[in-house]
Amino acid sequence: MINLQPYENPQYFFYLLIGLLPIIIGMLYQKRFRWYESLFSLVFLFLIFDGSKISQGIAIIGYTVYETLVTWWYCHYRTKENSKNKTSIFILAVFLAILPLIFVKFTPLFVDGKASIFGFLGISYLTFKVAGMIMEMRDGSIKDFHLVKFLQFLLFFPTISSGPIDRYRRFIKDYDRVPTQEQYLGLLQKGVHNIMLGFFYKFVLGYFFGTVLLPNIEHLAMLSRHNFLGLSWPLVGVMYTYSMYLFFDFAGYSLFAVGISYMMGIETPMNFNKPFLSWNIKEFWNRWHMTLSFWFRDYIYMRFVFFMMKHKILKSRIALANLGYLVLFLVMGIWHGETWFYITYGIFHAVVMILTDAWIRYKRKHKGWFPSNKFTHVMSVVLTFHVVCLSFLLFSGFLDQLWFGIR
Amino acid sequence: MMDDVRTTVLNILTDLTGSDEVKENPDMNLFESGLLDSMGTVQLLLELQSQLGVDAPVSEFDRSEWATPNKIVAKVESMK
Repeated sequence: MINLQPYENPQYFFYLLIGLLPIIIGMLYQKRFRWYESLFSLVFLFLIFDGSKISQGIAIIGYTVYETLVTWWYCHYRTKENSKNKTSIFILAVFLAILPLIFVKFTPLFVDGKASIFGFLGISYLTFKVAGMIMEMRDGSIKDFHLVKFLQFLLFFPTISSGPIDRYRRFIKDYDRVPTQEQYLGLLQKGVHNIMLGFFYKFVLGYFFGTVLLPNIEHLAMLSRHNFLGLSWPLVGVMYTYSMYLFFDFAGYSLFAVGISYMMGIETPMNFNKPFLSWNIKEFWNRWHMTLSFWFRDYIYMRFVFFMMKHKILKSRIALANLGYLVLFLVMGIWHGETWFYITYGIFHAVVMILTDAWIRYKRKHKGWFPSNKFTHVMSVVLTFHVVCLSFLLFSGFLDQLWFGIR
Repeated sequence: MMDDVRTTVLNILTDLTGSDEVKENPDMNLFESGLLDSMGTVQLLLELQSQLGVDAPVSEFDRSEWATPNKIVAKVESMK
């Protein structure tokens, strides 16, 4: 049976283009063939989860039914007359929505590193979308539940495997309208451009750094593993090479997902905005895997801080901001996986954020003490880049292999 | 009445950012300039609630729509 994993090789784009042609032609004549869009999505979803992946296919169907029921129930609760909008019901709804993800994420920890049978490609990203919707229903920003639109949003196939994570209200605005011919031509052009750039990123640069260079440098670094902490020049090489691989591979994928979305008339938000030109870590998180970091910012950090301030649980603004960073980055670390290096990666970023805030406060207090010019800007960019690369070395798990010999 | 809202909002922003720039240059981007971050945003929403009775939940906060002092004033006036 044919099984096609999204964007795994250039042939995939050939099949995609065939499937997309009727959509493109229709859009050029300002028509959305909605039944065809759904059929196209279903076929490509089927191709991801059929054959040897059939157990994942069953899991995603069960998951979709479950999340539909949870979302429908909470929306019903929030929109009925005189809804009490109880905090306990809200917490229950969020808990139920993320329960499958918690289950899947923690299974390997308890069952010998085995993946859960309820897991499937993209479960995290789907769960982020649902949890976001429930929080917006709590705030009264999403006021109705429309089954077809909900499913279109949840299962939007170009972004299903790894995002970018869209927002319901934004997505539906695009979904409901048909762009003018001029707008669509613009989208088509940007879409093609993104896909071409994605090719260069993922299949040329990502391949070069990740498949050609990285194994060799890792091998060299392993040869020096008896040094103090395994420190060696090749290890520095692993740090840079892995960081480049991580960026070009993921940014390439994201460009594909955004490009294909554009061709379907959906302006899925971008995931990367020149992250390695950031001048501090706060700026970095505004430019790196943006839809994820904005999700964590809006749905965890801001809500956590809002709750704590409103109920006056912690008065100090600084302590609260710092605690918020710790919560956010710990959750992000654990979400990546329950290993020491992902959790350390999370704590590392929280600490750098806290130090950055302290530094910004210090500079603001002592205006005029520090020069601010092109040179200091370049220095900040270089410093931030290295802090980030160091965190990616942690993230890569290579240190686990180097120090403890676990592969 | 409208001026009251404007003054109140600008005062809140001056307090939060610790800078008079928001009054001198009400079209500056508060997020790009680093004057306002997520923490400041939450404080802004809470102050708007307590001082003006404007109930703006986190869900309604979109950085592009709330980017400058002028935009924030317009947003608050529309929610009054």
